[in-house]
Amino acid sequence: MRRPYLRPIDRHWWAKPPYLAYTLREATGIAIAAYALVLMAGVICLALGRSAYDAWFGFIASQWSLALHAIFLIAMVFHAWTWFAIMPKTMPRLVVGGRYVEPQLITAAGIAIASLASLVLLLIARWVLP
Amino acid sequence: MKRSVAPVFWLMFGAGGMVAALFGPALVIITGLAVPTGLGLGTTTMDYAHAIVFARHPLGKLVLLVVISLFAWHGAERIYLTLKDMHLGPKPALAWLSYGSAGAVTFVTAAALLAVGL
Amino acid sequence: MTGDESMAEWRITVEILRYRPEQDAAPVVQSYEIPCVDDMSVLQALQYIKDHIDGTLSFRWSCRMAICGSCGMMIDGRPQLACQTILRAGNQRPLRIEPLLHFPIERDLVVTVSEFVSKIESIYPFIIPKYPRRLAEGEYLQTPGEMARFENFSDCINCMLCYAACPQFGENPDFLGPGALALLQRYNGDSRDAGQAKRMELVHTENGAWSCTAVGYCSEVCPKHVDPANAVNQNKTNSALDFFLRFLPRSGTIERGA
Repeated sequence: MRRPYLRPIDRHWWAKPPYLAYTLREATGIAIAAYALVLMAGVICLALGRSAYDAWFGFIASQWSLALHAIFLIAMVFHAWTWFAIMPKTMPRLVVGGRYVEPQLITAAGIAIASLASLVLLLIARWVLP
Repeated sequence: MKRSVAPVFWLMFGAGGMVAALFGPALVIITGLAVPTGLGLGTTTMDYAHAIVFARHPLGKLVLLVVISLFAWHGAERIYLTLKDMHLGPKPALAWLSYGSAGAVTFVTAAALLAVGL
Repeated sequence: MTGDESMAEWRITVEILRYRPEQDAAPVVQSYEIPCVDDMSVLQALQYIKDHIDGTLSFRWSCRMAICGSCGMMIDGRPQLACQTILRAGNQRPLRIEPLLHFPIERDLVVTVSEFVSKIESIYPFIIPKYPRRLAEGEYLQTPGEMARFENFSDCINCMLCYAACPQFGENPDFLGPGALALLQRYNGDSRDAGQAKRMELVHTENGAWSCTAVGYCSEVCPKHVDPANAVNQNKTNSALDFFLRFLPRSGTIERGA
């Protein structure tokens, strides 16, 4: 006789290996969105006037904000690292000169370009901003 | 066969993710660490007088809108999928909450940038 | 077991999740203690149990060499081929064997494969030529570079380990899944094929590429390095571009050559 039995899925699969790493990777999205909210708050305060903006900048200069942005920085770096690790998966298999290009090469190129881009932005900020 | 509407959100997630991967670390360092502490950049770099000039410039507006909006849409997609994985609510509710928030952020930021003037 | 006295021999406890529909309301763990040597595969351990201890134990197997795709199961919590998983000396922990995750259990370690087969059949798994080709025209010519674009996707042995690995398939059994989408890409990426548009109709749906959240575990467990995660996610790119570019004249479809 047949009586197939489907085991119910573990509702907490996302919190356990091997999926925990994936969940942590996705969690970087929270930090990126939170950083956007901080910037948005600044733009709103800017529109509201000098005293509102000074209050926002007062927060930015505070210890809480520095700690928060240190966390944002770690999240951004982790995001960039995992982003380029997964990027080759979204591309068709690159074939150059009849041979297949390994995804690790694409990842390494991405990380190199991102490092360069951030460095260039920092240098531009150093020299251009008042 | 019914097409999914997911591509719209996925492309914005991708754009936001790419901008964050390329410039995110530098942006966080500039706006959140270097300027407030004066390390590497001046503490007055982001004071009201300078910020308003930046925000009034069309390019400044574009940069602010693109960064804030794309980061919000990127986060929204990831938050939606993670909340869905965690079974924290019915899918439509989670979608409206996540994408709706990103939409709100985009709208409010655009409005504020207009209010700042030229 | 191999007659080689120089190899370490020890005893191991094997815990197997069993299910006999005629007597069990739900799956139940049964333990066996067996001798083993350190080049013994999990499949050999199962065969020892069936041959010497409990003839009622049911499991699929055939080639013993990781090419038929029959012996996929959860071994210590990881989807693996039993014939390819070797017991090593010094590993004294109980060996835990369960049927492949996310599939209904028929009996013991045998799962229902009919849904998976239907999915494979649904993606037009054959070359759809550009036009009916006459014999006199000779063979298709394909460069090594053209073959390299899809060759790995043709290595799939239908073992279903990727489906056991995929949590989104676990959440949504209607998801086409990594294996079917890898086979889909095997054809879409083949320079001889002109059926991309038909297959993309399946990809564009919620149960197509868009159930995938790029966990990537499917590619990690694949015994043949098919990289199904790549098949699914490159089709997200194709699908997303097509979502907007489909309104352009014919040349807007992206799948050609992808």
